[in-house]
Amino acid sequence: MQPPTGPALASAPESPPGADPGSPLLRWQWREVQAPCLVAGWILVASLAKIVFQLSRKVTSVVPESCLLILLGLGLGGIVLAIAKRAEYQLEPSMFFLFLLPPIVLDSGYFMPSRLFFDNLGAILTYAVIGTLWNSFATGAALWGVKQAGLMDEGVDAGLMDFLLFGSLISAVDPVAVLAVFEEVHINETLFIIVFGESLLNDAVTVVLYKVFNSFVEMGPAHVQATDYLKGVASFFVVSLGGAAVGLLFAFLLALITRFTKRVRIIEPLFVFLLAYMAYLSAEMVSLSSILAVTFCGICCKKYVEANISRKSRTTVKYTMKTLASSSETVIFMFLGISAVDTSKWAWDTALVLGTLLFILLFRAVGVILQTWVLNRFRLTPLDRIDQVVMSYGGLRGAVAFALVILLDGAKVRAKDYFVATTIVVVFFTVLVQGLTIKPLVKWLKVKRSDHHKPTLNEELHEHAFDHILAAVEDVVGHHGYRYWRDRWEQFDKRYLSQLLMRKSAYRLKDEIWDVYCKLNIRDAISFVDQGGHVLSASRLTLPSMPSRTSMSESSVTNLLRESGSGACLDLQVIDTVRSRRDKEDAVMHHVLCGSLYKPRRRYKASYSRHFISPSTQERQDKEIFQQNMKRRLETFKSTKHNVCSAKSKARLKKDGRKKQKKSAANAELPNGKPPRSVTWQQTAAVLVAVDSDDEESDSSETEKEDDEGIVFIARATDAILQGKKASGSLDVCPSPRIIPPSPTSAERELPWKGDQGDLAVYISSETTKIVPVDMQSAWKQSISSLESVTSPPGAEPGPHAKPLAGPAPEERQMMPEQRTCFQFPNPLLRSSRPQSTGSPERTEQPELQPLMAPDEHGRMSTSAGPSSSRWLIQFNRPARFSEG
Amino acid sequence: MGSRASSLLRDEEIEEIKKETGFSHSQITRLYSRFTSLDKGENGTLSREDFQRIPELAINPLGDRIINAFFPEGEDQVNFRGFMRTLAHFRPIEDNEKSKDQNGPEPLNSRSNKLHFAFQLYDLDKDDKISRDELLQVLRMMVGVNISDEQLGSIADRTIQEADQDGDSAISFTEFVKVLEKVDVEQKMSIRFLH
Repeated sequence: MQPPTGPALASAPESPPGADPGSPLLRWQWREVQAPCLVAGWILVASLAKIVFQLSRKVTSVVPESCLLILLGLGLGGIVLAIAKRAEYQLEPSMFFLFLLPPIVLDSGYFMPSRLFFDNLGAILTYAVIGTLWNSFATGAALWGVKQAGLMDEGVDAGLMDFLLFGSLISAVDPVAVLAVFEEVHINETLFIIVFGESLLNDAVTVVLYKVFNSFVEMGPAHVQATDYLKGVASFFVVSLGGAAVGLLFAFLLALITRFTKRVRIIEPLFVFLLAYMAYLSAEMVSLSSILAVTFCGICCKKYVEANISRKSRTTVKYTMKTLASSSETVIFMFLGISAVDTSKWAWDTALVLGTLLFILLFRAVGVILQTWVLNRFRLTPLDRIDQVVMSYGGLRGAVAFALVILLDGAKVRAKDYFVATTIVVVFFTVLVQGLTIKPLVKWLKVKRSDHHKPTLNEELHEHAFDHILAAVEDVVGHHGYRYWRDRWEQFDKRYLSQLLMRKSAYRLKDEIWDVYCKLNIRDAISFVDQGGHVLSASRLTLPSMPSRTSMSESSVTNLLRESGSGACLDLQVIDTVRSRRDKEDAVMHHVLCGSLYKPRRRYKASYSRHFISPSTQERQDKEIFQQNMKRRLETFKSTKHNVCSAKSKARLKKDGRKKQKKSAANAELPNGKPPRSVTWQQTAAVLVAVDSDDEESDSSETEKEDDEGIVFIARATDAILQGKKASGSLDVCPSPRIIPPSPTSAERELPWKGDQGDLAVYISSETTKIVPVDMQSAWKQSISSLESVTSPPGAEPGPHAKPLAGPAPEERQMMPEQRTCFQFPNPLLRSSRPQSTGSPERTEQPELQPLMAPDEHGRMSTSAGPSSSRWLIQFNRPARFSEG
Repeated sequence: MGSRASSLLRDEEIEEIKKETGFSHSQITRLYSRFTSLDKGENGTLSREDFQRIPELAINPLGDRIINAFFPEGEDQVNFRGFMRTLAHFRPIEDNEKSKDQNGPEPLNSRSNKLHFAFQLYDLDKDDKISRDELLQVLRMMVGVNISDEQLGSIADRTIQEADQDGDSAISFTEFVKVLEKVDVEQKMSIRFLH
């Protein structure tokens, strides 16, 4: 089956047409690729058409895209027909229901504003159930009346049941069409949610009516018994409630699964789609309402899924869903056009067509007005006349009706061809005429539009307060309304459901006000960066404000997040940059530090992973800068005290230095072929402790990789050390690279041997995080003084120099000595936990050092180091312990 | 029950309440029966304890604030008139009310009165400003316990920053109204009173 035109596009990139049959070089294999190629080709055509439509703003602002697509479909179908002499392609019901519809329904369910939806659930259900029932019965009966009156052609061979069947499929408002048209109209949310919600929820009614009448027609009206009617009624409840239940079940599963996807972030989005699709198929399998299933699955899982999955996954889910839904919609409308060309299925009867058009419009309007009249007695804000007009007029029919009418069995429903033709006309009329005119109508009636403004923190906060106030007033009045139950539900959700379905880290930080706050922060940050945060240069920086910066920067989201783990929804880097005016200063500072303190080092991360996305370089650099600052501070602190670091340990280090370097190559950029990795300080420690144990090293590195974070400054240190030796001469400083505690990393939790120090580590890191800016000055002072008094006893010097902050970098780097020397404090506890891995003679040397160092150390601490001395001591101890292996 | 309530309530009193609050006759009698059922002391006034006995109110994060709002400044009893006056803030605005009463006194359920009710829940010291501390207190009540004080502080800072126009680091009532101008307060601060 050679495709005439459209697919030609898809087959274009293939081998030259005149492939030589004798040549094995190229072979024509169209048959093998035909099906997927056609699919891809059609989607491509549709998508290209979208581009073309959007080229002209003038056209798309007047004509909805769905109209254009249908017209395009008509054109393409015409071409196909002209060339192939028969209609090759049309909207297959199975394809429509199994592949094209689910993405659209999932998208609308998942992104349904749930609060608005449930607030108006009563109205939505009324219109969806009663409205649809009324429409189908009234339309079917009225058409039958027309037939009885003899206005219809004799060829329309249909009884009451046939007309009722036709009425059931033609009367349902179509979600695809409604969404396509109303999205461009921007009416106010309440009106939109009512019309759109109705179109989604009426699926259950449509399915039941369609199936019941279909079976009645097939049985023959004569054989229908009273129990069959009862069964019909019962099946309505089964189908609708069952569909919703299936959706809820899968929503629950989905939420539960995403709770445990921490290690497989990359496939998180897949679960969302798979389970939603499974929900659809399961419902379809047991002939429940599949649209209801997916809708409810989407609505209900969203809260938990969004809290569980990572931010990148969230973006992925959003875009994939929108892409799928949008392309499905495009294809549906285009195929509607193409299918309409197929005249072999047409059987025109003017009376039937006109009657149907008239009745669906009339009964829709009547139904809406009657129901609204009843509903308004219970609604807080009544739906006014204008709303009713829009609702009546917005009842668009679409592809669902078309697919259902195609599905009819021509042998049983003898008037099928007439019904098909009528359905096509109705769909075209509603989508083209009503779709085209609804926008001007809305404008003309001055329907309240939705004002698209972004939620502010105030609004969110005060609206929460309003909710509480209203709930309280209802309690006082003693009238338990909707709010009461919502409150109840929220409490239940908070107490049980959320705890069960959310990660602990996500659950802890789950609060709507907080969420909005985070979102606003991100938005601000992005807009700041977009507006050219890069314009800020060092020259514009004013340092005087530095000391006063502390309070604000401490409460920054970033720090909070560091403390609370990665569960929250924020990207560290983004937040670091800016939130408010005050924080612009932070950003300036940041840039200065970036420029002057940090020489970005190319890290050719030659790793490719299908399973993990490496963090962006920027993010890593930030960490490095921060950690470097910390390291420098500590280093200079030590250097002022212990420039006497032993020559003995120098020797020791040289001995096993090579081995160690290999071990710690995790960090080093040594050309040893090993891709440099990020390493946390904990891991470094682990590596060094386990000098002889390769297994352990690989273990830890694996753990590390999973977490994908850490610091990489050790190699830098060694590089700098090599030069520093020459420059600064006799300055021997303990290499401190691996002592720096960054923020508490997950490695802390993951590495079992770190467990005993957990508290300590957290304490240190959270503290150090906060004292960076201030302490850097003192670090500078200390480093200067250490330079001046290389030989003088430590602890005697003042640090008189107040220099610009950006200064210290080069000098300090030079001060790092080549030798990886070491000393140790007399810490029995630490020594007792010393690993047994080393049998090297250096071990015996270590204790000798201690008496020498210890008094020094204590004296120093007590004299100069101030309140944070104890902390520094602790940190200082660490490397000693680690490096002793 | 309704007849008992109305028998206790004099007709002219009902008329006055009707005029002041806009409630219908049946709504007033219905609410009066609720009032008497809350009034355990049977002295025609409600005390704070009477309110606190309502179980759902006890778990409402803003419950205490709202109870306070029922009581006039410095008093700890509220009579039926006062009770109704407070409730009238939450009466939905009806269509026919929008047009009339251009020159008359502003009805209790007007937009600005609704907003003012909410505002005074924040404004403890009645200086017509929501200070950072006052905001923090309310935030503490409303958000989960898992949000740290620091985080709350940053939320409060941001909230004030967003609303503050005159740079006094507090939210005045005008700023409060301005910030919420896009919110459908008429709907979000109304409940349906049964007829």
